[in-house]
Amino acid sequence: MDNKYTINHLRELEAESMYVIREVVAQFENPCMLFSGGKDSIVMFHLARKAFWPARIPFPLMHIDTGHNFQETLDYRDKLMAETETKLVVRYVQDTIDQGKAVDEVGVNASRNKIQTITLLDAIEDLKFDCAMGGGRRDEEKARAKERFFSHRDEFGQWDPKNQRPELWNIFNGKKNMGEHFRVFPISNWTEMDVWQYILLENIPIPSLYFSHEREVIERDGTILAAGEFVTLKEDEVPEKRIIRFRTIGDMTCTGAVESKANSLEEIIEEVAATRITERGGRYDDKRSEAAMEDRKKEGYF
Amino acid sequence: MSEDFSKGYLDMELLRFTTAGSVDDGKSTLIGRLLYDSKAIFEDQMESIERASLKTGDGEVNLALLTDGLRAEREQGITIDVAYRYFATPKRKFIIADTPGHVQYTRNMVTGASTANVALILIDARNGVIEQTLRHAFIASLLQIPHIIVCINKMDLVDFKEETFEKIKNDFDNIATKLDVHDIRFVPISAKLGDNVVDRSKNMGWYDGPTLLYLLENIHIASDINFDDARFPVQYVIRPMKDEYHDYRGYAGRIEGGVFHTGDKVKVLPSGLTSKIKSIDVFEGHVEEAFAPQSITLSLEDDIDISRGDLIIKDNGLPKSGQDIEMMMCWFHEKPMVLGGKYTLKHTTNDLRCVIRDVNYKIDVNTLEHIEGDKKVGLNDIAKITLKTTKPLYYDSYRKNRKTGSVILIDEATNNTVAAGMIL
Repeated sequence: MDNKYTINHLRELEAESMYVIREVVAQFENPCMLFSGGKDSIVMFHLARKAFWPARIPFPLMHIDTGHNFQETLDYRDKLMAETETKLVVRYVQDTIDQGKAVDEVGVNASRNKIQTITLLDAIEDLKFDCAMGGGRRDEEKARAKERFFSHRDEFGQWDPKNQRPELWNIFNGKKNMGEHFRVFPISNWTEMDVWQYILLENIPIPSLYFSHEREVIERDGTILAAGEFVTLKEDEVPEKRIIRFRTIGDMTCTGAVESKANSLEEIIEEVAATRITERGGRYDDKRSEAAMEDRKKEGYF
Repeated sequence: MSEDFSKGYLDMELLRFTTAGSVDDGKSTLIGRLLYDSKAIFEDQMESIERASLKTGDGEVNLALLTDGLRAEREQGITIDVAYRYFATPKRKFIIADTPGHVQYTRNMVTGASTANVALILIDARNGVIEQTLRHAFIASLLQIPHIIVCINKMDLVDFKEETFEKIKNDFDNIATKLDVHDIRFVPISAKLGDNVVDRSKNMGWYDGPTLLYLLENIHIASDINFDDARFPVQYVIRPMKDEYHDYRGYAGRIEGGVFHTGDKVKVLPSGLTSKIKSIDVFEGHVEEAFAPQSITLSLEDDIDISRGDLIIKDNGLPKSGQDIEMMMCWFHEKPMVLGGKYTLKHTTNDLRCVIRDVNYKIDVNTLEHIEGDKKVGLNDIAKITLKTTKPLYYDSYRKNRKTGSVILIDEATNNTVAAGMIL
């Protein structure tokens, strides 16, 4: 880069994401930002803090809690919210089940991944959010590759991939009718590698689950799952201790771990660069069918 | 981890490119090849397309299936919408806007082209320059994509002959003279076999130019942005309401042109009031200078009334202003344009209303001929129009600045984005 006025790819992505987050605040009356405690939402939150500095971020965060979280994630979340004086709304999938709006799956592959969409849509309606920002990235999954930055949702919260608004330059159209809302994805253009490089560049603290540690796990159809109270064991499954780390952090029942000794951000980046499996490759929820993500997104998933 | 590695990724540039061409030109295969040979395809993705290839009974693994995301696309073997793909080499991170090439998809091509530094135009070596090639080149020129790479594909099906390549190159050069394009490169490739995509071809010894990936990694893009005319559309006003920042007012936005320094004299439009930059504020503190395309916050010496939609500039390089604006427009919606109709116009961070005054001419995208007298503008039509805004707009011509020279129109009844405009 010989020109004096050039920025590297991470700074360009950062500038784009900050622009998108500021557009959300300028165009919507009551936005929120979805926060799961995973690395993507941590980066998105960091970008939001940068976008409004020295002011506090002018919207609340919302966590849809499946009740099957790793304790490390919840501790990290609460500490971060306290340190940054950020308002957090938590909505529980358990409440949705108790209200009779959803039924818990049973059996060995039971997961609350699908029914958390109901909790999310209820919360958006209940709290009158007109926009929910999410940490989805287009490189994650092929249905996501067709997603807009500003993604329009009808009054049922549904995504219509064949009828999306064209999105040109950096002009975003957030106009909508009563009852409709938007999902906005500020880090659409980031890849898993970009996220890790940025965490290193900015020195952003992340939950310890991302680093190598010893844990009781089971291996099921090639996916390593944490053995815990929320994972129902099959008869022949015996938990064993292995040295692992998580590439994504979500619901314990479907978040796959990888065997890894990576103990620093540099080592994680090296591992991500060498790995030949996508991060969602370890997600049990995506293995259900070829179009699992597309179907969930149409229903109003994250 | 070595010093080189951490330094290495900090030097990577971002390049956005768009691909134009139909399924038959091997566009998806080319993208699949770039991703595969640059190792951006993962094992589980490969397994998934192997499974899908079996289902469609293709016999061999169909790399095109990598880029077709939605169920209907995989089943019907078509691409419905703009899809974004990512890969990186040690030099650059790439964002591909992959758009379908059929005539009815002009709208998608325009969308994909709007943010691109480079357009890849695919030509089937057996067919040469056809109507569709002209359309793709025209859209690249209309959207002012700074660099065009013409990939002459399927060279394996014409026995890798140099004469075929040269003839197509000449034909393309001839049409390019009618267009506003400046930097055109040609590469003979076989996307299916991989010749000259990432690895140099062993079958075309006569070609001593770079491979496609080498071009993508090395094309000079740092000068694509206008650094002469400082442009800062105000996006949001930051007022912290904290004790230590009691009187702080910061103007947040993304620099869309030029360079700003602490102490620079600035002018605010439309008010015309002037002030000086007190500080350029970022999360880490203050910086002495900032430039396009950075997102920053400016604070000024004087307490003047500034809000979203205002434009902060420096004394030199004034933008144009006016209410009667001529532009090239691409219509995006099934519902045709209404002459005399009112629309919401979005320009940088500004929302205003406008009325379509006149259609000066339409362009036949297959011949580039002007069609005079036909005032009906419908889906995928490209026309020169004149519109009038409710208040003065401060803008640049699209040729000068793609950000301050572009607009979208929104239908006030449906909220749909119905058109994109490039100001003349």
